[in-house]
Amino acid sequence: MAAPIDPRFVGKASAPLEVDVERGQIRRFAEAIGDADPIYRDEAAARAAGYPAIPAPPTFATSLRPNDVREGIDIDWKKLLHAEQSYRFARPLLAGDRITLVQRIAAIYEKAGKSGVMDFIVMETTGHDAGGALVYTATSTVVIKR
Amino acid sequence: MRTPPVLHELQVGSALPELVKPPIERIQLVKYAGASGDFNRIHVEEGFATAAGYQSVFAHGMLSMAFLGELCARVCGGPGPVRELKVRFKAITWPGDVITCGGTVTAIEPVGDGASAARRIKVSLWCKNQAGEVTCEGSAELAA
Repeated sequence: MAAPIDPRFVGKASAPLEVDVERGQIRRFAEAIGDADPIYRDEAAARAAGYPAIPAPPTFATSLRPNDVREGIDIDWKKLLHAEQSYRFARPLLAGDRITLVQRIAAIYEKAGKSGVMDFIVMETTGHDAGGALVYTATSTVVIKR
Repeated sequence: MRTPPVLHELQVGSALPELVKPPIERIQLVKYAGASGDFNRIHVEEGFATAAGYQSVFAHGMLSMAFLGELCARVCGGPGPVRELKVRFKAITWPGDVITCGGTVTAIEPVGDGASAARRIKVSLWCKNQAGEVTCEGSAELAA
């Protein structure tokens, strides 16, 4: 039986990481999810739709991986499941964006379920653009069966 | 060819046009792992998945969320108006499953003082498998 996740990790933040949003990465993401919209592949189509550059599909933000704030926390990955995910966008991500990512642990709690006690970790990731403006906030809740 | 957006035709209670995805293939899970950077072995390594007690590998929950993102972007004519997307994962999606995405407009609210024409359209969202089981559900806010 795994130990509970230590709540003292709440507030822990990852070291900021700068990542570039590349058009090839957007195209491969659109291909993987099976979204055929040409605005994710063709700059002319993106401009015709009113975007200054190729935009990214909404959940593309997941492929911008921050330094993992769970580093150093003992987690049984076989027992971990993604429970909830949310995004708030100020604007869509665009090819050419340089985004600074920081991930924080927002909450750690346990809950008794049908199959026993489960541990929850809530992580919040922010993405700021080169001008310092917040582009999006992503919140992930993962559950670990004990 | 692009699907024309229906955002400005929506009213409270309107159903979003459904999006039916092709059957989930294992190779799609490999592609998604590579494209998203989520290399959790449970989605791509059969032995790892069965050792963890699952019948086989299974889809990343985020793949289903991506389908809901595609549905919202279709409705809007692009990803730009999608201001919020939220999902709760309910059931596992297996290779071979056919996922249908849909939703309903729950509210249309003016933005700011209401003097401008800007509105926020709130929708509830779901993914179902071929058996009609809800695999994830959520909501979105679309700027109109």
